[in-house]
Amino acid sequence: MAELWELSAAALRAAIGRGEVSCHEVAQAHLDRCAALDPRVRAFVTLTPGTALAQADHWDAARARGEALPPLAGIPIALKDNFCTRGIRTTCSSKILGDWQPPYDATATRLVREAGCVLLGKTNLDEFAMGSSTENSGLFTTRNPWDLDRVPGGSSGGSAAAVAACMSPLATGSDTGGSIRQPAALCGVVGMKPTYGRVSRYGLVAFASSLDQIGPFARSVEDAALLLQALAVPDPLDSTSLPVEAPDYRAALTGDVRGLRIGVPREYFAEGVHETVRTAVRRALDLFCDLGATVEETSTPHAEYGLACYYIIAPAEASSNLARYDGVRYGIRADNARDVIGMFEETRDLGFGDEVKHRIMLGTYALSAGYYDAYYDKALRVRTLVKQDFERCWERYDVLVAPTSPEVAFRIGEKAGDPLAMKLSDICTIPVNMAGNCAISLPCGFQDGLPIGLQIIGKSLDEATVLRAAHAYEQAANWQPRVPSLSP
Amino acid sequence: MAEATGFEAVVGMEVHAELLTESKMFCGCGTQFGASPNTLCCPVCTGLPGSLPVPNRKAVELVVRTALALNCEVNRACLFHRKNYFYPDLPKAYQISQYDVPIGVNGHLDVRVNGEMRRIRIRRVHLEEDTGKLLHVERDTSFVDYNRSGVPLMEIVTEPDIHSADEAREYLIALRRILLYIEVSDGRMEQGSLRCEPNISVRPRGTDELNSKTELKNLSSFRVVYLGIQYETARQALALEKQRGISLGASATVPGQPPLKVDVRDTALTQETRRCDEPNLKTVSMRTKEYAHDYRYFPEPDLVPVTFEEAWIEGVRAGLPELPAARLHRYTEEIGLSEYDAGVLVEERALADYFDTAARAYGGDAKKIANWMQSDWLRLFNAGGRDWTGVRVTPDALAELVHLQDEGKITGKLAKSVFETAWETGKTPAAIVQEQGIEVVGDEAQLLPVIDGVLAENERVVADIRAGKVGKLNFLVGQVMRVTKGSAAPDVVQRLMRDRLGLT
Repeated sequence: MAELWELSAAALRAAIGRGEVSCHEVAQAHLDRCAALDPRVRAFVTLTPGTALAQADHWDAARARGEALPPLAGIPIALKDNFCTRGIRTTCSSKILGDWQPPYDATATRLVREAGCVLLGKTNLDEFAMGSSTENSGLFTTRNPWDLDRVPGGSSGGSAAAVAACMSPLATGSDTGGSIRQPAALCGVVGMKPTYGRVSRYGLVAFASSLDQIGPFARSVEDAALLLQALAVPDPLDSTSLPVEAPDYRAALTGDVRGLRIGVPREYFAEGVHETVRTAVRRALDLFCDLGATVEETSTPHAEYGLACYYIIAPAEASSNLARYDGVRYGIRADNARDVIGMFEETRDLGFGDEVKHRIMLGTYALSAGYYDAYYDKALRVRTLVKQDFERCWERYDVLVAPTSPEVAFRIGEKAGDPLAMKLSDICTIPVNMAGNCAISLPCGFQDGLPIGLQIIGKSLDEATVLRAAHAYEQAANWQPRVPSLSP
Repeated sequence: MAEATGFEAVVGMEVHAELLTESKMFCGCGTQFGASPNTLCCPVCTGLPGSLPVPNRKAVELVVRTALALNCEVNRACLFHRKNYFYPDLPKAYQISQYDVPIGVNGHLDVRVNGEMRRIRIRRVHLEEDTGKLLHVERDTSFVDYNRSGVPLMEIVTEPDIHSADEAREYLIALRRILLYIEVSDGRMEQGSLRCEPNISVRPRGTDELNSKTELKNLSSFRVVYLGIQYETARQALALEKQRGISLGASATVPGQPPLKVDVRDTALTQETRRCDEPNLKTVSMRTKEYAHDYRYFPEPDLVPVTFEEAWIEGVRAGLPELPAARLHRYTEEIGLSEYDAGVLVEERALADYFDTAARAYGGDAKKIANWMQSDWLRLFNAGGRDWTGVRVTPDALAELVHLQDEGKITGKLAKSVFETAWETGKTPAAIVQEQGIEVVGDEAQLLPVIDGVLAENERVVADIRAGKVGKLNFLVGQVMRVTKGSAAPDVVQRLMRDRLGLT
């Protein structure tokens, strides 16, 4: 029999339902796996074995009493450490929050708990989700389970690595410019950014409010669909949460993509996207044709401006969102400051890392009197153009297919001296955040043993079609191996 | 030196009013004044990481209500912006406020100043959230109370149309009265729920110059606002004279109650924020505006724009009560009250409502109701500290009292004592009259036996009268009044007595 940690969430849930395995055993198996591997992978900022076993025991007791179990009862999960967890340290991988324990749960935290998930711990990220490798974490860098000398991608690199290394079957992430999809691609797992407004942001520590969106990580499309189902609940605590009930995502996984109209925007295959990646995506498109979908080249002419606009809008919002870390109410506080302004300045200087400071300065500048129109306002206008590109596509296509990341996982430190190269990692994912659409990344091959990601982009609120396409491809392609060997 | 032309103040008024909502602007926390520090707060109003705002619809409605009452155009959408600045009482380091699309714009309020109507234009009415409060307990230590953080706050800004301390005072009184009438604010300056910040500059009279202005903050009452504007006007006029070497007829002494004496060393003209030093009756500089913040306003991404349906706005308009100016007009033009009497009644909405209800219940000449209210009613009301819980005479009871008087059932003198009893006890005038047996008896069938009895008992007096000493008739009438304990109608007794005695 396979190890428990190898099983998908769906398989584990079925086994638990049949009484073949207890939630406690499932939790313990994953905790053991974490204990064995995480010292090398370093996916977790905080492990919560006590919470995990208590929650697992809770569901075992419920089953013993004959109660009906919720859809993800006993399934381990890891939460990105920018999800507020009541009474459990939430760091955003920043020194500035110290050992802050939120007095409340994020809506997403509550939803996965109510769905039955068992919390294994909180995962590493680039500080405040700003980065594409976890090298900007204020705590440590997470390793890619396929090659421990390489980055897992980011910012949700800890969650992607935890799922890839089978330390957890499920994890959550947040995606502001690609922070779920790019690490999913680099770690060879499935990661989805739902439509903006599909999942409540309440309790997700904000980076760029108009772009941030929570989504699932899993090793299969079906598992991602199960977790999305738990997360996609309208929330009165988030004004931007859309008041739309989610359809049954698992029911959408029919395996049938006959007649599916796929658009392939040529801008995503431009120079800078590695040849191997382009080839892998083209092969995936061939497979879609074989499955009965139609594939046609198209264009989203403003996609190339997405990155530039993103680096105005996201830092601008971040400069405001991160202004609250002033040492007054929580986190660290600089001692011996002259006065209150001095305390603000010294606390922020001590607590924030370079990338965060860099973006705060960028955003402050973009919003300053005299520059607002030239930068922020103009970026908002171009954002509308990016959005309109997609709207035009939806007149002819059901989904768009593109690479997720222009290249496979790079070596730790490789881009440390080249911030622009680092930022280009998100060139294929950012336009989707700008438009607010949904998109998924799933494995579509390997280059020298490193996974390549396929991105499928869908209309607003049409996660079901994206999942259906991804699932059909996944089943037909059946890429192996799915689990890294993690040999030393 | 140029000839003295005189000078005038140019004042724009910013008023902040906390709205009368049960809960805060963006969360469900309560808004009561005076609770223990930090007992009315949650992740949202303390700006914890991850928290998000959800707008209070009631607060939005109250601002629309105010905008309509101040004759504003109401924008069809409610958009919020972030105003970014660092301060310990501002937990998110930005205030959610409104910027280029306030709820109301281009309104006005007409006020009477020294017998003359002046129109003060309202530039904007917008909605924002209040900040917390700093408590300075000792040197080098401050605490923050976030109970007030996130309380809905409305800002009402005028054009620079105010030209004297008198005008400023009348504007504030009229504005506060409207806010109370339409039940959006409790108007309590002493609790900080209403705050006034005048922006003041001075120019030679007859010019349209706009000189450096000072903003006055932390003013605790309308009186302090008034004194502050008076002081600033004189101080800036002196500064202008000094700066330009001209004479505007400014004086360092401002007569009044109390008289003000400008500190002539403090007459530089700079853009700055000042506060009132109340004990010393002067204004002093707080900080100069050269360090003005760049607030980096941008649209609040956590909130989606709220759009208003035309019908909804009209519904809010229809829900407005009759406003003070309209009432004053109705009282003077339709009822015929004097400007002064009408003014006393409209001063407080509850008073005017009481009057209207009583007048409606009475149905006759409303002036009679007004007369009662102006005299005994207000005397007792004021004596009770204008406390409505002490008002036990209902509008219906007041109407009943005037009716009793009209019907001749009680005399004017009795009516006064009946009213006082009613005020004390809450009993209706009819019940009091009956209880005390003081109803006037004018019924002949009841009075004749009494008169005959008095005549029989006083044969000598009757004989004197018949002999021509008609003056003694009053004695007999007095006897009837004694027997009836004053309840007999004196004129009826007089007439019946004369009939009996055969006098013409």
